[in-house]
Amino acid sequence: MRVSLFITCLADLFHPEIGLAMVSILRKHGVELVFPRGQTCCGQPAFNTGNWAEARSVAARMLDVFEGSEYVVSPSASCTAMIREAFPRLFVNDEALLARSEALASRSYEFIEFLGKVLNIKSTDARFDGRLTYHYTCHQRALGMTTEAEDLVKSLQGVTYIPLDGKERCCGFGGAFSIKMPDLSGHLANDKAERIIETGAEAVVVNDTGCIMNISGALKRRGVPVKVIHLARILSGEVTAP
Amino acid sequence: MNHETRPLPRWDFGAATRQSLRNESLAKALFRATAKFDDGRRALMAALPESDLLREKARQIKDDVLQHLDRYLAEFADSVEKAGGVVHWARTAGDANALVASIARERNVKRIVKAKTMVSEETHLNEALEREGFCVMETDLGEYILQVAGDRPSHIVVPAVHRTKEEIADLFNSSFGVSLPPEPAEITKFARARLREEFANADMGITGANFAAADTGTVIQVTNEGNGRLCATWPPVQVVFMGIEKIIPRLEDLPVFLKLLARSATGQPMTVYTNLITGPRREGEGDGPRELHVILIDNGRTTVLGSGYRQTLRCIRCGACLNTCPVYRNVGGHTYGSVYPGPIGSVLSPLYEGRSRFNSLPHASSLCGACYQACPMKINIPHMLTAMRAEQAEHGENHVLERLGMRLWALAMRSPLLYRFGGKALRWGMLPLSSEGWVSSLPYPFSGWTKRRDFPLPAKKSFRGSFKK
Repeated sequence: MRVSLFITCLADLFHPEIGLAMVSILRKHGVELVFPRGQTCCGQPAFNTGNWAEARSVAARMLDVFEGSEYVVSPSASCTAMIREAFPRLFVNDEALLARSEALASRSYEFIEFLGKVLNIKSTDARFDGRLTYHYTCHQRALGMTTEAEDLVKSLQGVTYIPLDGKERCCGFGGAFSIKMPDLSGHLANDKAERIIETGAEAVVVNDTGCIMNISGALKRRGVPVKVIHLARILSGEVTAP
Repeated sequence: MNHETRPLPRWDFGAATRQSLRNESLAKALFRATAKFDDGRRALMAALPESDLLREKARQIKDDVLQHLDRYLAEFADSVEKAGGVVHWARTAGDANALVASIARERNVKRIVKAKTMVSEETHLNEALEREGFCVMETDLGEYILQVAGDRPSHIVVPAVHRTKEEIADLFNSSFGVSLPPEPAEITKFARARLREEFANADMGITGANFAAADTGTVIQVTNEGNGRLCATWPPVQVVFMGIEKIIPRLEDLPVFLKLLARSATGQPMTVYTNLITGPRREGEGDGPRELHVILIDNGRTTVLGSGYRQTLRCIRCGACLNTCPVYRNVGGHTYGSVYPGPIGSVLSPLYEGRSRFNSLPHASSLCGACYQACPMKINIPHMLTAMRAEQAEHGENHVLERLGMRLWALAMRSPLLYRFGGKALRWGMLPLSSEGWVSSLPYPFSGWTKRRDFPLPAKKSFRGSFKK
């Protein structure tokens, strides 16, 4: 089995440790890994702001970069949803590109989704010694994911799991939304931070890079030492305590 | 009110949110109320094993109606007339209001009681009738409160959700010279007594329609207060004021929608009153209006029908998307500046009240998708919002800075070399602003981010620099 890593620009530039954790887990399960070096961004900033001509030009490159891949796996439901949901909309008037984007969509997975659906991994023997809570990132909804990640969190060895009030309420990131509606976005981020602090957890699992930046940025501003961790880093054994 | 002849200024949703977010008591009350409805909806839908099937069935029925709307409307009009009602067609909001006024004038009507209808908010029917000298009384408790206050609805289903019971008691006490305690039961009892007189003295009742069955000409109206039934049965003349998209093919399709509507709207298995009205009072019957008029309103719906936004015509106005939306729950309905607030309103308002005036509403969403998940009619609201944003950009309506920025960004993203350089430049640029890996004040146009949160510094070494084969 060969997996092409779609690291996403945010993880590449801001959180390379998430990509490396993903690499270590997939290798442990005997998956052959490819990192197509031509990859940049999926085009979501342009798509979400309505600049579809620019989104199309970047998306078309993605089709080339991941041409011939067997599976495309990313640590972000948001970027995977971009491929699955938005690419076919961008190329609706171009038969050849539409067919290629649908083919790419059908072999693209978010990392936790890939573990469950393809590798059939639904529990873990990884550890986390501490109080942990979990935020459900919005784009999992777009992928039809429900409790896959939360189930893994609950099955960690040594963990004290504390459910987050309103765990599936958006943290207010929304990409360009955070710049276009900064007051509202900042308000939602702080509301999320407050709910997280209320749980008394020492760390929160957040499985999307944009949400990680947003939530950790709000916690940092409040001077609260709650850690924001992508689940891959716990599953890989990189992080075992808060 | 005719928006074409009186251009209104652009609505700045972002500025409106700053105002609303300052009102913390509003936020708390709103959050509690919407959470109650949203939690109720989730619980009841989860307890209904066939809920997914029902949603799919409802979607199919409505899509069929929209596909053959001309045929179903003709059938409905025929059935209404067979049952003894009169059908009127209104192309615009102005036409619809004028029809009601002329029916009222011809019958020498003075006092009108009205049940809650969203389309009458859309056409500004009350103002039109009041200008003509009619006395119009809202009879839904929420709408009545707002009428007394001179306020506007902030929610599709619970129009006065933004007012606390204390505010409402104060309002009634100062308006009517009474001294009511801030108790919902007391407030309701008082309003009920006053409204009872209005019903008794009314010459005409105006109701909306939640659904209308083409095969029987039956108009279906659901309420929790019973005011709709009184509007429909007590006054001698009833006018049904409805959008043309409310049609369902057969009366036997109704249960599918009733099951979804009450659950989605208020987390009730069923609303308290469900009225099925087929024609006026028939010979030998003890109640019901002497005359029944049905006004079928287009007001832009046929244009939407032929556009990429057709699926919005499936909307049954349940408000589930409002109750579940993190944006709506924090800023409230007035922040949207339009008749229809919330996620569905962010699509409907540009469509019905002016694209240019409400061009900020398609951006009033983080695209979290909670609305789409909650919608009983499976309207893909995030999809509609991004489509609208794309149309704006296509027409060059987005900010010049954004346009330029996006072009440069796309240029960099098409070249791995430029991308890598850009990533490094980002780090170098931010380094002097940072402390311990975080930036607490970004320059314009990113300064908004750091008003209430910090921004992380890019990593020293990117993934592509660290990955080993």
